[in-house]
Formats: sequence, structure tokens, C-alpha cells
Amino acid sequence: MPVDRQYRVPLPALAVASLICITVSLVIVFFVAPNDAVLGFSQKIFYFHVSIAFTAYACFAVGAWKAFRLLWKRDPRADLESYVAVHQGVIFGVLVLITGSIWAKYSWGHWWVWSEDELVLFLVLFLFYCAYFMLRFSVDAGPQRENFSAVYALFGVVLVPVSFLAIRLAKPFLHPEIFTRHGANLGGWMLVAYLVTQPSVLLLAYTLYRVELSGKRLDLRLRELRLA
Amino acid sequence: MTYFSDVRALARKDLLLELRAKDTLPAMLLFVVATFVVFHFSLPEHSSRLAASGLLWVAIIFTALLGLGRAFVPEREQRVLDGLVLAPCDRSAIWLAKAIATFAFLVAAEVVALPVFSLFFHGLRGATIAAVLLADVGICAVGTFLGAMAVATRARDLLLPLLFLPLAIPIVVGGVGAGVVENPGKYLAFLGLYDAMFALLCWASFEYVVTE
Repeated sequence: MPVDRQYRVPLPALAVASLICITVSLVIVFFVAPNDAVLGFSQKIFYFHVSIAFTAYACFAVGAWKAFRLLWKRDPRADLESYVAVHQGVIFGVLVLITGSIWAKYSWGHWWVWSEDELVLFLVLFLFYCAYFMLRFSVDAGPQRENFSAVYALFGVVLVPVSFLAIRLAKPFLHPEIFTRHGANLGGWMLVAYLVTQPSVLLLAYTLYRVELSGKRLDLRLRELRLA
Repeated sequence: MTYFSDVRALARKDLLLELRAKDTLPAMLLFVVATFVVFHFSLPEHSSRLAASGLLWVAIIFTALLGLGRAFVPEREQRVLDGLVLAPCDRSAIWLAKAIATFAFLVAAEVVALPVFSLFFHGLRGATIAAVLLADVGICAVGTFLGAMAVATRARDLLLPLLFLPLAIPIVVGGVGAGVVENPGKYLAFLGLYDAMFALLCWASFEYVVTE
């Protein structure tokens, strides 16, 4: 049984910190940052949409890094850490799809637009990582499952840039007209709002990751005790 | 024995097995032709050439899946894989040999399928044929790797399409792009890049799929 690493930040402190950070970012986004001149109120979802998307990428990257450590150093904790990171990534990925389709509805009147690269990429990644869970749950726990999960998680790191390139390349024959985003020129409080939201969402993801990880470890230990 | 003679021996074993048992190739051929007939009835009259070009790629991916699903079945049924892992050869040779054998089956199926496609629908450009060959490399590299994982799971045949299709999306983009745009160079280069990246990844990590 792997020994729990002694984390310096205890879970309740992390939970309180993320609650405060998320509240502050909500306040700044809704009450301090001005409405966008062109897009109006609906642009506010962008602060969350972009932050969540970045967080999801970060989770997948952590998942792949832990998978790499498992294969390379045979770190016994890495398997569960990789799985939990990917799990959080999928949860945030679903949120990207939801916020993205709300944005699409308000901007273009459709719940789904194939011309948004980010959304299409997350759909591909969503399918890919759902298959990761299917793979993981159809192999019995043990070294083989660890290897399979790790190798498949590493495929994800290659798939992200390749799919991104593919979606870009598909544009000329799938969507000749390209919608332009107006939200690029952030200034003043809008920039502050994004810069506060981004670390808050990352902190929230880290807290959720730690909560799930400690829950899963407890579960594992209980099962071992019952068998002993 | 050197690495390449290991690969040659293993690939030869698969090709001989197919030549004698004829398990996979006739099924792939029948499947791809039947798919074209289904496509004829699913495309309404006067639908565009472009639609048919896209469907060619659907047919190729699914035919490949049929072959890939069978790829590791002899190893599983006769427990050959345990023996191969014990043999003093590099484990990636197992993957490379199986990928080469699957590539041979897929190309053999396409030698019939592409003329049939041009007979049923429309003629094919040189770029499309180049794209098909490049795509076959990627399909076989990734598909064989995933096939080896899928046969070791409980879900088996069910799992391979789920694992493979998200990874096949870039191949379809490259292939369809090369077939329909004026300058296909960019798409062919993309397919080449895909092949190189995923082949390298599969080659480097296959050991972890067959060992514990």
C-alpha cells in the first residue's frame, strides 16, 4: 500500500481558499468588469469558458505526466493520480462543452457550431477520454490495468496537438467562412477579471483533485483491510 | 537474430496463417463492397461527388476495423502472445510485424475496393490514392496497438472501435482534405506527420501493453 504523501496544505484550508477565490472572481466578473461594448452581457461567460478550458488541458497534462512517471519510475501512487487527473479533466471538459454551447446559442443562435475549433477539439477529447474509462473499467485492477491506462493517457498528449491541427486543416473544406471572435482585446478590469478567474478555477480543480484522490485512497485501503 | 529478421519472421507467420486459413481478407473484401452498395442507397439521387468521397473514408475506416479486430485473435486463442513475450526478441517487433501484416491485408482489400469505388461512384485522383496509402500506415500502426490492448480486456471486440475512432478523426480529415482540395500537399504532409508521431509512440510503448 503506497504511503500517503504528507501534503503541506490540508484539505479544509484548500476548500475554503477555493470558495473565497471563486466568490471573488464571480464578484469581479459580474459587478466590477464592464460589459463588452459589442457583445454585451453574454461575453461574461468567456471568463469562465476560457479558464475552464485551460484547466481541463492542465488536468489532461497532469494525467499524462503521472502516466509517464508510472511507466518510467514505476511510482506506485502515479496510477491513481493519473486516473483522478484525467477524471477531473473530463469533468471540466464537459463544462467547456456546456459553456461553449451556451455561448454559441447567444452568438450564432445554435447550440452547436462546428466552426468553433475549441468546441470541436473538446468533443474529440471527450470521446477519447470516455474510451479511456471504458478501457480502464474492462481490465481487472493490477499492473496490466496501470500500464494500459498510462499508455492510453500518453496517446492523449499526442492527440491534442494533432487533432487541433486537423480541425484547423478541415476548415477550408468544411467551413469556408470563419467567424471572428471579438473578445480578444481585453483591457483594464476585463483583463483583471480573467487573471483572477483563471487561477481560481485552477485552484478549484486542484482541490477537487485532492478530494477525489484522498477518497479513492481511503476506498482502496478499506478494501485491502476487508480482504486482509 | 537481428531485429529485422525477428520482424520478418513474425510478419511471415501472420501472412502464411492468412494464406492458409483465409479468415480475414475475404471478410474485409465482402464487407467493403457491401458497404459501397449500402452507400449507394443512402446517397439520394444527384447528391454531390464530395459526399461520395467522404463515404470512401468511412468505408476504409470500418473495413480496417474489421481486420484489426481479428488481428490478435489467433494469438489470444492459442495463447501465442505469452510465448512471444518470453522469446528473446524486442517486444516492439511483435507490434511492427503485426502492423505490417495488417497493412498488407488492408492494401490487398483496397486494391479491389478502390476500383470498385470508381466503378460505382466516380474516378479517383492520384492524391486520393496517395492519401489512402499514407492513411493505411497510420491506421495499422495505431489500430494494431489498440487491438493488442482490446483483446486483453473483458469487453474485447466491443472496445476496439471506441478506442480507435477518436484517434482516427485526424486521418479522416487528412484523407478527405487530400481528395477534395486543389493543392493536396498540405494534407498529405499532415498524414505523414500523423503516421510518424503515432508510429513512434506505439513503437516505444508497446512493451508495456504485453508485459506487466
